[in-house]
Amino acid sequence: MEKETKAFQRIYTKLYQLTKATVTLQAKGVGYDELAIVDGRLAQVVKIMGDMVTLQIFGGTEGIATNAEVIFAGKSPTLKVSDDLAGRFFNAYGEPMEGGEIMGEEREIGGPSVNPVRRKQPSEFIPTGIAGIDLNNALVTGQKIPFFADPDQPFNQVMAMVALRAKADKIILAGMGLTRDDYLYFKNVFDNAGALDRIVGFINTTEDPPVERLLVPDMALTAAEYFADEKNEKVLVLLTDMTLYSDALSIVSNRMDQIPSKDSMPGSLYSDLARLYEKAVQFPDGGSITIIAVTTLSGGDITHAVPDNTGYITEGQLFLRKDSDIGKVIVDPFRSLSRLKQLVIGKKTREDHPQVMNAAVRLYADAANAKTKQENGFDLTDYDERSLEFAKGYSEKLLAIDVNIETDAMLETAYDLFEKHFTPAEVGIRQEFVEKYWKKNGK
Amino acid sequence: MNTIGNVTGIIANLVVVETEGTTAQNEICFIKHGDTRLMAEVIKVVGNKSYIQVFESTRGLKVGTEVEFMGHMLEVTLGPGILSKNFDGLQNDLNKMDGVFLKRGQYTDPLDMDKEFDFKGLAKKGDKVVAGSWLGEVKENWIPHKIMVPFTFKGEYTLKSIKEDGSYKPAETIAVLTDNDGREHEVTMVQKWPVKVPIKAYKHKPRPFKILETGIRVMDTLNPIAEGGTGFIPGPFGSGKTVLQHNLSKNAEADLVVIAACGERANEVVEIFTEFPELDDPRSGRKLMERTTIIANTSNMPVAAREASVYTAMTISEYYRAMGLKVLLLADSTSRWAQALREMSNRMEELPGPDGFPMDLSAIIANFYARAGFVYLPNDETGSITFIGTVSPAGGNLKEPVTESTKKVARCFYALSQDRADSKRYPAIDPIDSYSKYLEYPEIAEYLNKTIAENWTESVFKAKDILLRGKEAYEQINILGDDGVPLNYHIRYWKSELIDFAILQQDAFDKIDASSSLERQNFMLQRTLEITDMEFDFESFEDVGPYFKRLINALKQMNYSEYDSDQFENNKKELESILKEQEKEAVTQ
Repeated sequence: MEKETKAFQRIYTKLYQLTKATVTLQAKGVGYDELAIVDGRLAQVVKIMGDMVTLQIFGGTEGIATNAEVIFAGKSPTLKVSDDLAGRFFNAYGEPMEGGEIMGEEREIGGPSVNPVRRKQPSEFIPTGIAGIDLNNALVTGQKIPFFADPDQPFNQVMAMVALRAKADKIILAGMGLTRDDYLYFKNVFDNAGALDRIVGFINTTEDPPVERLLVPDMALTAAEYFADEKNEKVLVLLTDMTLYSDALSIVSNRMDQIPSKDSMPGSLYSDLARLYEKAVQFPDGGSITIIAVTTLSGGDITHAVPDNTGYITEGQLFLRKDSDIGKVIVDPFRSLSRLKQLVIGKKTREDHPQVMNAAVRLYADAANAKTKQENGFDLTDYDERSLEFAKGYSEKLLAIDVNIETDAMLETAYDLFEKHFTPAEVGIRQEFVEKYWKKNGK
Repeated sequence: MNTIGNVTGIIANLVVVETEGTTAQNEICFIKHGDTRLMAEVIKVVGNKSYIQVFESTRGLKVGTEVEFMGHMLEVTLGPGILSKNFDGLQNDLNKMDGVFLKRGQYTDPLDMDKEFDFKGLAKKGDKVVAGSWLGEVKENWIPHKIMVPFTFKGEYTLKSIKEDGSYKPAETIAVLTDNDGREHEVTMVQKWPVKVPIKAYKHKPRPFKILETGIRVMDTLNPIAEGGTGFIPGPFGSGKTVLQHNLSKNAEADLVVIAACGERANEVVEIFTEFPELDDPRSGRKLMERTTIIANTSNMPVAAREASVYTAMTISEYYRAMGLKVLLLADSTSRWAQALREMSNRMEELPGPDGFPMDLSAIIANFYARAGFVYLPNDETGSITFIGTVSPAGGNLKEPVTESTKKVARCFYALSQDRADSKRYPAIDPIDSYSKYLEYPEIAEYLNKTIAENWTESVFKAKDILLRGKEAYEQINILGDDGVPLNYHIRYWKSELIDFAILQQDAFDKIDASSSLERQNFMLQRTLEITDMEFDFESFEDVGPYFKRLINALKQMNYSEYDSDQFENNKKELESILKEQEKEAVTQ
């Protein structure tokens, strides 16, 4: 039953119990979290009781027989890290998808967290050219922020755009349950932009077993830590889609007979997600990991356990919405929030940025009120009419995701719109800024 | 001899250990994993099997590994040098750890044992002393840190000898006590205490009878928290919990502030690390960091240590309370602590209560909140712990077990409202849902009316009434339309807006408005109520809003000006002149 091979690998051939995702067998000297190969499939130790060891099989247990060969690897999941990673795509196990091998130092994935007193406060602005983000919800290096989006929204496109414009040294794509089409889309976009050498991809597509997804973000973040901590690079990690990742968590916990909490998610969902998102960090030596994720919603419900827990972990969230008035997708200025923006706006960007941002959003809110009034059949005042006009321009020229301009140009555009529809008093920004930046009818 | 056992089972951070020796509930043990020692705590014992929760990752751990039981519960080290430190949940000094990443099994000394402190004796040879009696004091930052008879000492002792005033290291013997049987006991500046046991070295704990000034108007004026009281802040994400907590820790009138960052974002702790050493304490004029101690168990740090972190923070607070200090303890967020309890209960396969939380969640929360309080010490001095916890209700729904259990025990309820946050009315504490039970305490009412103003509580209830009536009027206006309701409804609504903007809303990022003294709060409340007492006369409902907006602007400008400054007086005059317009109109009509 048990034989020793030369590399101290222990091989077993008798399974005691089989479920859809796990196998249990008698084995000795096994370490917790250790990897094993069961009938050629990768598995990981999830429970040890006496000499009974339970393994979770990432690819599922279909067709595994009770006499399947189990080889323990003597180590937990690892990734080989080196500059060789750049420009390549890997599967969930960290193996190159196009075959071949990677040379590099072997490192355990899901490593320890950064000592909070060694972190630096994030302070570097990441311009994306998208005004709905830069103007209203500026991103900062070391931040973690998800898109909260319905599955039919173009979140992957926006994310690819953000990634390419963000001037990151490395972009690490972690695809979990990505459709093959979207995977090829990412690959094409990065290729066309000539950015492929800055990309590292870890991809689990819908064709792959769902439990494999659980390895993907840890692989991606281990690679990110290598580039950010050791090479002092600015790394951007894209996690798409974290809802599908959470679904995989719930499958495993269900098979392990754990008691589910809200929305059939495991009780540890908060810790499981936080462990990943908290890898976003500004290192003292200049390197940083910034995480942009996607959390798909069902019917826009943000009280579901996944977006809810995510909202408590991340530093804000970005909402996409189709604006029927202009027929384009915009970044919703009301529901979107970047918690770290105040660290850079008006400091790394022009001084009047916070005031302009707030004024524009307030006027946009006035327009929303006017619209409700209009829909309920009430008469509109002159101010209502003007704010509706403003909202249209604001949506078209600033909020739409196809906008790509510098931050100063965004502020200028905002002033143009203010001037066209309002008096300085109605806009209500500080007098010194009006004098400095309000072009035609200042005073 | 310590009990030794062997690992026989591992499920994530729950480990089963078999041993022939004695083990105790909550006993601390160490797993000898390679050349590191992993700290763990006993949470259940069945026969010769002890179930332990490991405070670290168990990756690579094997069956058969030796475990040593230490014979004591999870303890903190109490002594001079705790202030301004950044600890993890197990009181390891984070600044002493090597490297950028936290290493498994690395434990560091919470105190600086080589640092010398200037000791000054307070007790005299021959004095009768009990646990918690002050023997002497040392200077710690600006706080006179009392050296006390260890809390573990039972009964009465006689002070046999005490060191002369001078510089000593924390571990040096500074006094010798004799018990009733004549045995001698040496006392140093350092003592240990198990975190899950309340420190009860006080004479008695009366009902709180004073309020703790926080500088935040919507709390102090409308729903004050008592010194030694308890409160909680539930709110969905994005409703301003963190800003509110930071503002409390900056402006509350406490001698020291202990912050338990429990399972929250690391960047928020970094913000405190970065800003507090720079910010001035408005009361002492020193740096805020000097009165602050942080217990950080951020959300990516080990889950089991998260549970420990709130107890560590509470025990440190109790230690300083025993020195006669006014301590403010903030825990953000208690929901993460409850979730840590849920994860362990789940792994132990206990029958779950509501939402998978352990059945005794209510009792655990109640016991924890009960450790706060105002106390009379053995020498009749007083000390207090005011405790405010935040709760992060799933989906923002307040009908979930953590919020409900907390609501049963906390005396103040500060409900953060998403609607208020969305309309940028900060702090987003809902004036109608929130409450302070302390306002119903006759001793608190008496205190308020004596120290702030004779008619204070009456005014507060009046303001609350106006807010409620304003809300009702607003609902009617929304249903029936602007011209479908009597003009009076608009006036009633705008009067409540006046209180909302002038009293409830406060700019946490404005230097002056961030903190408001009680004297100033009294002035603003009385002035605002004088206005709401007035009769107003308008031609049409369209005139009400614009007029009140001008009043609001004048009141807001007052909030932004230094109290009693020329600018403040000018804003006041501006307000009066706007009010005069109405008088004139009333006369002409």
